[in-house]
Amino acid sequence: MIVRLLSRSLDHWSYGFLAVLVLVSIILPALHLLVPPGSYFHVSGYAIGLMGKYLCFALLALSVDLIWGFCGILSLGHGAFFALGGYAMGMYLMRQIGSRGVYGHPELPDFMVFLNWQELPWFWLGFDSFAYAAVMIVAVPGALAFVFGWFAFRSRVTGVYLSIITQALTYALMLAFFRNDMGFGGNNGLTDFKDILGFSLQAPGTRAALFSASALALGLGFVVCRLITRSRAGKVLEAIRDAESRVRFLGYRVERYKLAVFVISACLAGIAGALYVPQVGIINPGEFSPANSIEIVIAVAVGGRGTLFGPIVGAVLVNFAKTWFTGALPELWLFALGGLFIAVTLFLPRGIVGLVQSYWPRLPAAGVANRAAKPSTEGSTR
Amino acid sequence: MCTVAQLTDIMKLARSLVLVLLCLLAGLTASAASDFPQALSGLAEKSFKKRLGAINAVAVSGHERAQTVLEALAQRRLFVANPGKRLVIKTEAGGYQMAVTGEPAGEIAKPALKRVKTNNRLRKVIRNALGTLTLRSPDPARRLAAAQTIFASRDASALPILEVALAAETDIQVRTVMERARAASTLMGSAGEADKLEAISTIRQMGNQDAIALLSAFGDRAKGAEKAAASQAIAEIERTLALWSGAQNVIYGLSLGSVLLLAAIGLAITFGVMGVINMAHGEMVMLGAYVTFAVQEVLRTSFPGLFDWSLLFAIPLAFLVSGCVGVALERGVIRFLYGRPLETLLATWGVSLILQQAVRTIFGPNNREVGNPSWMSGSFELGQLALTWNRLYIILFALLIFAGLYAAMRWTSFGLQMRSVVQNRQMAGAMGIRTKWIDALTFGLGSGIAGIAGVAISQIDNVSPNLGQSYIIDSFMVVVFGGVGNLWGTLVGAMTLGVANKFLEPYAGAVLAKIFVLVFIILFIQKRPRGLFALKGRGIEA
Repeated sequence: MIVRLLSRSLDHWSYGFLAVLVLVSIILPALHLLVPPGSYFHVSGYAIGLMGKYLCFALLALSVDLIWGFCGILSLGHGAFFALGGYAMGMYLMRQIGSRGVYGHPELPDFMVFLNWQELPWFWLGFDSFAYAAVMIVAVPGALAFVFGWFAFRSRVTGVYLSIITQALTYALMLAFFRNDMGFGGNNGLTDFKDILGFSLQAPGTRAALFSASALALGLGFVVCRLITRSRAGKVLEAIRDAESRVRFLGYRVERYKLAVFVISACLAGIAGALYVPQVGIINPGEFSPANSIEIVIAVAVGGRGTLFGPIVGAVLVNFAKTWFTGALPELWLFALGGLFIAVTLFLPRGIVGLVQSYWPRLPAAGVANRAAKPSTEGSTR
Repeated sequence: MCTVAQLTDIMKLARSLVLVLLCLLAGLTASAASDFPQALSGLAEKSFKKRLGAINAVAVSGHERAQTVLEALAQRRLFVANPGKRLVIKTEAGGYQMAVTGEPAGEIAKPALKRVKTNNRLRKVIRNALGTLTLRSPDPARRLAAAQTIFASRDASALPILEVALAAETDIQVRTVMERARAASTLMGSAGEADKLEAISTIRQMGNQDAIALLSAFGDRAKGAEKAAASQAIAEIERTLALWSGAQNVIYGLSLGSVLLLAAIGLAITFGVMGVINMAHGEMVMLGAYVTFAVQEVLRTSFPGLFDWSLLFAIPLAFLVSGCVGVALERGVIRFLYGRPLETLLATWGVSLILQQAVRTIFGPNNREVGNPSWMSGSFELGQLALTWNRLYIILFALLIFAGLYAAMRWTSFGLQMRSVVQNRQMAGAMGIRTKWIDALTFGLGSGIAGIAGVAISQIDNVSPNLGQSYIIDSFMVVVFGGVGNLWGTLVGAMTLGVANKFLEPYAGAVLAKIFVLVFIILFIQKRPRGLFALKGRGIEA
């Protein structure tokens, strides 16, 4: 049955994409581990980490696209779910440090010793087990999304209002996590990780494995999104995006569909954050900043919302551009990013994938991307 | 009531008179001039008690040399020169002078000198004695300081000299402080119950933390009626203090609220009237602040005399600069995105990034110094409220802007056209209103007001390229909370959030208070998605 479901949901483009992803997740680590450093084909540890980061952002962008491109919910606070997943992973990694911290306390992380805390706060209990942390990585963002979405969708907060309160949500969380007595390391966040599942985070093998895991997670996320959007419920979601009231009048419980897809999206974002943290080696409250969330939204718009390839392409491109600009022309990066925001919304409403489609119509429409670009009726106060 | 107060006044006066008479009598029998050398000689005594008494006697004598001698003693420069037990002071130049007269004492061999020793307790007595000495200084400011010193020391032994000084005192302000000092000394001394009760009531009228500290120190030792009176007085003071701190919080809250109002009111126009989410609104505020900085730089270098008027130049200029940027933004970007609010949001965010980076490139990434004009700096006290002039001016300024904007919306033809476009765009167009012009002008107006807000905010906040970012989310919260398309909603929303924030701060801390307010708004929007003062309509999708 699962096979039938998959075969119905995935077209040959999707298989192609998944094949590329698998190849990348095998070849790049192999080039990193097996080819000697002097060789032309060697992929440095820095590059592997960087591309792993891009894959995490791609997964986050995919999760934003699932709700924005397919259900019309523009969340400007998805960075919050990403960061929560990251913090859950960070807490596990902190507990793995054990007595190797600067203060050498067997139980408490350094910042707690520094704050003169005597024992672990209750919400840190259990994080020494990877299984528990793995559950929390999905459960915490999911639970927050459930509570938030429950209130928001039930009282029919839509359009820009929803965008603004999601932004307020991530802003409030950022302020909260900056506090030292929250118990999450305050300003400095969680860092100085040593190892994951017993493997040193500095070892090339671990870095390569994390990269492959990110690629795998992106592939699985893609399949999940594909399953959702190609299902009957996916059609309802698209209908909600295009005419919410009409769907409600037809007898569908709009808020349930929205809530379900919002929670799934938050879980995907949490997984992305959890894979991101061990690869960059730090998680701090800056990840909650509203600017991060908007940046990932623009990545979705650049790639093309309402398509599943779009956000992946967009996230990799935007983040590659960011890496290049901040290294080569740091003064110009914000000009470029700002220009990108304006140019994409004015001239490329369907993103790069949409642009390619208009020149090459045989490319799959991937949902109803054409309609996504049309002005939606939601929230048009004009 | 009145007669009782008068009666106590008369009693006080009578008591003072008696004391003055006593002192005069004492002065007649042994005049101060002969009193002083005798008291001074006591300092050379071996006995600790005698020296202690001598210090007080020197102080009470009120002789012109008393202060010099006591200061020398405190600084370990007072010596006994043998033979003859003459008291000499080592001067800063290294020579010696007679303690009694101040005449040079000539050469004295080192072995003949013996330092007059002090210890902690004596030093404390000396300090208080010096304090009481200045009670009779001709300078009121010094008398005031002395009285305050005595009040702080609660020295019971200072009581006699206080009474004398009080009798001679004419300055009302100094008198009040002296009376309080006397009350403090009375409480700590061995006076009778009636005196102490009266002292408690004097202290109670002070109504501040010092009074509470004094009364609770007294209450720890006292018994019976005195203890009860003290604790009752403390409770009363605490009640008034709580009221004052509540009032202070309201002032702080209104001050924060007026800043929010300034930042949000332009947004209320663009968001409310046009349904446009302008994420670059904060940058309009920032531009206004930088205009102020630029104006001040020009004035500082070219016309230093006009510096106090810098804000007067900055306000119209900021309006123009931000307004023009606003109109350009509307014509260049936003008009292509009408009906697509989410895209507008993203595009204006891009604009905000560009403006931020532009300012950073031109003015540098660091905070810029914007000065307060002299008439805006400083502070004053009203009762127990501490008010700074710049906060007060900003409250007034925000209300003025609000009133001006409200009047413009209500009574000008532009305002009429604007409101008609809000209510029914098609119909307004059909009646011959150029809705596109109104859009551009409205956007310019909203941005211009943001620029003016920037001038005000530059007076109380750091002027940096990130200035706008710190206000944008708060501004949106205010507009959404107050209700879109309604200026009154913005006013009430801003003031409510400001005051709520400041009342939460003492309990939760600044950051947590802000989080609470944000969470409250998030919950509030669930309940009333269109804000406090929503425009009524029948659309299913507003």
